[in-house]
Amino acid sequence: MDITFKDVSYIYQKNTPFAHKALDRISFHIPSGSFVAIIGHTGSGKSTLIQHLNGLITPSEGEVLIGDVRITNREKPKDMKTLRSQVGVVFQYPEHQLFEETIEKDIAFGPQNFGISEEETNERIKEVLPMVGLSEALLGRSPFDLSGGQMRRVAIAGVLAVKPRVLVLDEPTAGLDPRGQQEIMDMFYQLHQKEQLTTVLVTHSMEDAMKYADHILILNKGKIYMEGRPEDVFTEVEALNKVQLDTPEIIQFMNKFSKRFNMKIPFQRQTPKQLAKQMYHLFKGDERT
Amino acid sequence: MENKLIEFRNVSFRYTDEQPWVLKDCSFTIYENEWVAIIGHNGSGKSTIAKLMNGLIFPQKGEILIGDKIIDEQTVWEIRREVGMVFQNPDNQFVGTTVQDDVAFGMENRGFPREEMIRLIDESLSAVGMEKYRLTEPYRLSGGQKQRVAIAGVLAISPKVLILDEATSMLDPKGRLEIMETVAHIQTERDLSLITITHDLNEVTQADRVIVMNRGELWKEGTPREIFTEKASLRQIGLDVPFSSTLAEELRRYHIPIEKEPLNHEELLEELWTLHSKM
Repeated sequence: MDITFKDVSYIYQKNTPFAHKALDRISFHIPSGSFVAIIGHTGSGKSTLIQHLNGLITPSEGEVLIGDVRITNREKPKDMKTLRSQVGVVFQYPEHQLFEETIEKDIAFGPQNFGISEEETNERIKEVLPMVGLSEALLGRSPFDLSGGQMRRVAIAGVLAVKPRVLVLDEPTAGLDPRGQQEIMDMFYQLHQKEQLTTVLVTHSMEDAMKYADHILILNKGKIYMEGRPEDVFTEVEALNKVQLDTPEIIQFMNKFSKRFNMKIPFQRQTPKQLAKQMYHLFKGDERT
Repeated sequence: MENKLIEFRNVSFRYTDEQPWVLKDCSFTIYENEWVAIIGHNGSGKSTIAKLMNGLIFPQKGEILIGDKIIDEQTVWEIRREVGMVFQNPDNQFVGTTVQDDVAFGMENRGFPREEMIRLIDESLSAVGMEKYRLTEPYRLSGGQKQRVAIAGVLAISPKVLILDEATSMLDPKGRLEIMETVAHIQTERDLSLITITHDLNEVTQADRVIVMNRGELWKEGTPREIFTEKASLRQIGLDVPFSSTLAEELRRYHIPIEKEPLNHEELLEELWTLHSKM
């Protein structure tokens, strides 16, 4: 589903002395099927922005379009429930929202809430469990017996079981160990490709943004500060540093490398493996001359 | 780094009799004034170690010494003055209505005289670079600033060791940097051991020593350089190595003989420079 923001502002505690503009006339377009990373410091407006995507809040000014659903200050969609079944949100630390007696019931809560039959729900549970790396043997256990990492997988399974067309991920790997981080992100990426989802990832990890996203939005003080392909945004070192954001570590290293050796390697989203090969050829070529 | 500060002697712990052991026969020592990073997969027992050091929980087997005192119900109050802890969530540990009230909380609990409290509030807030925020209300602070105030509150009671239990994991990159700079600064200024429990590999490279936990057991101890040399086995237990180390590994595959395990970009560039000038 396409996502469009047209001059969207959001003001907390409007018309009070505490009024605070969290989003300031934001416009952007995310074509259906893209993987977008939203980056910015705490307070830059990221969380406010994603709450617009499934109508948890409505813009104070401007309009939001999700597919053909329009959300403005005056028009709330008649069918908010359908919108919410199509836009699945994995909030920060989603394991804090688990509440059912068993893992099975917790995963079933979402689909049943959206009117999916019990039979279909059970099928979906069987489908999503292997995706998140949980075994069926766990279904009857209490989610609270699991480790934090496993609890997060249960919470994510609950969102996936609704089969959303848009997946919104708010720092889905925070607090996980390196393997857990990679497994979860790879899982989302595979799902994104297989189901042709539109994915919005809020992250502090420039490495994840570079690895998975095809489009980057950088927010600063409620405005879009930069926007574009990862290879274009992340090479703007000065502009990023100005708002105290870093570039991915591989770019930092490549910049230091080219300064020290006076050899330029263009950034093409290469992996460390590919970079090593390029460095090897540079050194070899240099040797011959 | 000679004097022992914390010693775990064959410590095992489980939450209830029915549950599996979260910590199995762990023995290690933390020395005075050193910085130790504890790493391990989720559920490997890292946070359990932190809670045991502070007497929030007690081991079923083995014993834990702080200095020459064994932690038990009698010594625990004394020990908590020596072992300060900062936790993960900046919003769950702010108790005061202003920054200075929050820093004062620990001292009030321990009945510090007023004059001393005033002096220590000044001292510890400037140690974390928050002296300008003395009267600020917590909701006006960023996550990184809240964690710095939490550190100040711990420093005010002059502990011998400061434990940061994933204290940067909920912060944005700016907040993380603030905390790591603060901590490095404090460690040069004071006599203090530091224990950081973290998944952030670049934080680990700054420590003097690393303890790696795996499934409740102490898997390996060593300097960051020694630990990050063991890439394959680290990955096997769900961990990873920093970027410089990964790139060095890839370069070696192309027969670029990087000998010393690089902990940061500068070390790797330096070694490449030396190799390159010999080519």
